[in-house]
Amino acid sequence: MAVLNEEQSMLRDAAKSWTQEKSPVTAFRKMRDSGVEIGFDASAWTEMAEMGWAGVIIPEEFGGSDFGYLSMGLILEELGRTLTASPLLASGLGAASALVLGGTSAQKSEWLPKIAEGTAIGALAVDEGAHHAPEKVALAATKSGAGYSLSGTKTFVLEGLAANVLIVSARTSGKPGDKDGITLFVVPADAKGISRKRLALADSRGGANITFDKVEVGADAVLGEADKGYPVLEKVLDRARAGISAEMLGAAVQAFETTLDYLKVRVQFGQVIGSFQALQHRAAKMFTDLELARSAVEAALTAIDNDSPDVPELVSLAKAKMGDVFHVVSNEMVQMHGGIGMTDAHDAGFYLKRARACEAAYGSQSYHRDRYARIQGY
Amino acid sequence: MADFGGSDLEALRSEARTWIEANFPAELKGRPNPMMREERSTPSAAQEAWRKAMGEKGWGVPTWPAQYGGGGLSAAEGRVIQQELGRAGAYNPIGGMGVMMFGPTLLEYGTEAQKQEHIPKIVKGEVQWCQGFSEPGAGSDLAALSTKCEDKGDHFLINGQKIWTSGAQFADWCFCLVRTDTSKKHEGISFVLFTMHQPGVEVRPIPLIAGNSPFCETFFTDARAEKKDLVGPLNGGWTIAKRLLQHERGGLSGGGGGFGGGRGLVELAKHYVGVDDQGRIADPDLRTRITALEIEGRSFQQTAVRAMLESKGNSGPSAATSIMKNAGTQWMQARHEITLEIMGHQGLGWEGEDFTAEELGAVRGWLGGKAFTIYGGSQEVQSNIISKRILGLPDLTQHT
Ligand SMILES: Cc1cc2nc3c(=O)[nH]c(=O)nc-3n(C[C@H](O)[C@H](O)[C@H](O)COP(=O)(O)OP(=O)(O)OC[C@H]3O[C@@H](n4cnc5c(N)ncnc54)[C@H](O)[C@@H]3O)c2cc1C
Repeated sequence: MAVLNEEQSMLRDAAKSWTQEKSPVTAFRKMRDSGVEIGFDASAWTEMAEMGWAGVIIPEEFGGSDFGYLSMGLILEELGRTLTASPLLASGLGAASALVLGGTSAQKSEWLPKIAEGTAIGALAVDEGAHHAPEKVALAATKSGAGYSLSGTKTFVLEGLAANVLIVSARTSGKPGDKDGITLFVVPADAKGISRKRLALADSRGGANITFDKVEVGADAVLGEADKGYPVLEKVLDRARAGISAEMLGAAVQAFETTLDYLKVRVQFGQVIGSFQALQHRAAKMFTDLELARSAVEAALTAIDNDSPDVPELVSLAKAKMGDVFHVVSNEMVQMHGGIGMTDAHDAGFYLKRARACEAAYGSQSYHRDRYARIQGY
Repeated sequence: MADFGGSDLEALRSEARTWIEANFPAELKGRPNPMMREERSTPSAAQEAWRKAMGEKGWGVPTWPAQYGGGGLSAAEGRVIQQELGRAGAYNPIGGMGVMMFGPTLLEYGTEAQKQEHIPKIVKGEVQWCQGFSEPGAGSDLAALSTKCEDKGDHFLINGQKIWTSGAQFADWCFCLVRTDTSKKHEGISFVLFTMHQPGVEVRPIPLIAGNSPFCETFFTDARAEKKDLVGPLNGGWTIAKRLLQHERGGLSGGGGGFGGGRGLVELAKHYVGVDDQGRIADPDLRTRITALEIEGRSFQQTAVRAMLESKGNSGPSAATSIMKNAGTQWMQARHEITLEIMGHQGLGWEGEDFTAEELGAVRGWLGGKAFTIYGGSQEVQSNIISKRILGLPDLTQHT
């Protein structure tokens, strides 16, 4: 565990007690069973926002606390433990980062205070295909009067249905795959020409496909510089990747602990199954890997707080390692529970599904291993 | 007798081809086996006709003895039938637990009267069986089972609970392990058969992580089994159960062929991930892992073929089925995993028109497939069997 300052410890403790009391896995189950379209419990989100969580990385002048990314990670980790579904990652971390890093002061003043208080939800509309590929932008932004007209489709936008404002990557020149020629836009989600479609996903969270049909925006909607949006986008995505890794860490730790508890109580052959070395050694291996993954995730978040030049490499390292570990732990959770782990009434399936979805989000292990190697120059 | 590639086989092949052509309803060509679906819908007239034709012919279970309605063929001849069905795009309508595990076991351990009564109905696909083995307290340690069976003179009375009973809600009959002596563990277990259509049997389907409910909690309250339906001696059920589990494992390993279905991984990857300028899968990391999996799958299939060629006559499965079960099921799970990975976000769909049927099927298959390494004896239990029965290592659990 990283060495925390006083406010970080308080934040972590608050997040822990709130999730355990107010948002246990049963709350996630209830949300799923209710079939609520947005994919999270709105009243729980209000409570979270009231505790200031949505503003943790937002500067104080815009209504946030500016505690930083490690602090945000601590909250996401606790939320991950109980699989709490909320817009914190997409909005309080993703969209907020984009505005903080690249927004004009008008954009910041308009959206950051509302995001910080949770009354507006932001989302990153980046990917267009089955795989994360931020440079493969086809959605076209063509000059139209003093502004632009946006046409194209974004897929798998996390919290896309609930969002009030979208950070959209669009192509202003070049072709899909070029890093140059990408421009970021801040677009209200209710703008004329936007249609959103909820996706029914295995992990029951709020994903949407979003179609832009000649959506007119002013020149003041550009976030950062026209044609030069990619470097900012990468910075934003690295923050989202580190954030989701923290969530994955929490979920994996909980999946492990639930399994460990079961190894201590389930009796077969007249002894607890945890007495079998075949299972003991796998538990020991998982515990070891979780420790390594924690170091990787905390290092990435700390590097972001320090604005260190090795953020991209540390983030890819963390996402790749965390993805592998969560994958194994969630699978072992099912396997070590035997038949009961296959039932919908048990939590194991939720962790398995969440792991799969998190692995695919913002780049799989395969994507980040490759990116890590490229950054290192081999 | 096993005779590979001889002229007799070719004669059988042409006979099979003609017969299938004459009897297999064209409208069913390439259609999935309705038995594989969980929610058994009422079969169509063509499906019924095909089941009856195969049932009469005995080719649904080609190697079972002809005297009970089976095909009476050798293993090699049986494979010819299988190949010809595949060639014609015809499914085998005769299946289920009766075919896979109970029938072969009864053929070995049943009395003549029991075989005469039960085997022909399995051959004809008229009766569906379920397996009443696992209990809440007896999973891997199956012999810890406690479902009570009392001798009531002219019949047995059964009280207790089974769990994870696949297809219990559709089954007509149950082959069940019950406790007939509480003073001994393995030697106090008996193997009985009884109808599920009686007031003392209650089934409650359990929803699975894949969203379906293929198995049940099964409760027995004064359920009745006839005396004639005890298989093997009283308190002699454990030996029979172990044999049945070997048949089950043999079936669950995938048998070295026929799995996957759908598109190959390489084709799938090229579609979802794209290709580089030399036509290779664009993601080199994924490409390497697909290759590793293909190599694993091929060597598994080669092992299945080798085992088949090396097996002498119809000696049936042995402890080596544990090797095949672990290798086969782990390979299939890895294949499910990589399929979803290839599909990326599209491999996360639960329902709806934003996903293709293939994508949705991959997700459900991935989840359902997690059970492969749990049922039929978990992968850990198989590894224990390999360690102690094949490798001769000491067993720390046998005295409990
Ligand atoms: C989809 C599905 C269908 C099924 N269908 C049927 C059916 O039709 N009829 C039926 O009777 N049963 C059925 N089963 C039950 C299945 O056989 C049991 O789930 C299985 O035997 C494991 O038992 P358990 O669930 O009690 O797990 P447990 O035995 O409690 O095992 C929990 C974990 O401990 C491990 N473990 C246990 N003992 C050891 C050991 N000595 N060394 C190392 N590890 C060990 C297991 O491998 C597992 O990982 C089905 C199960 C599933 C999932």
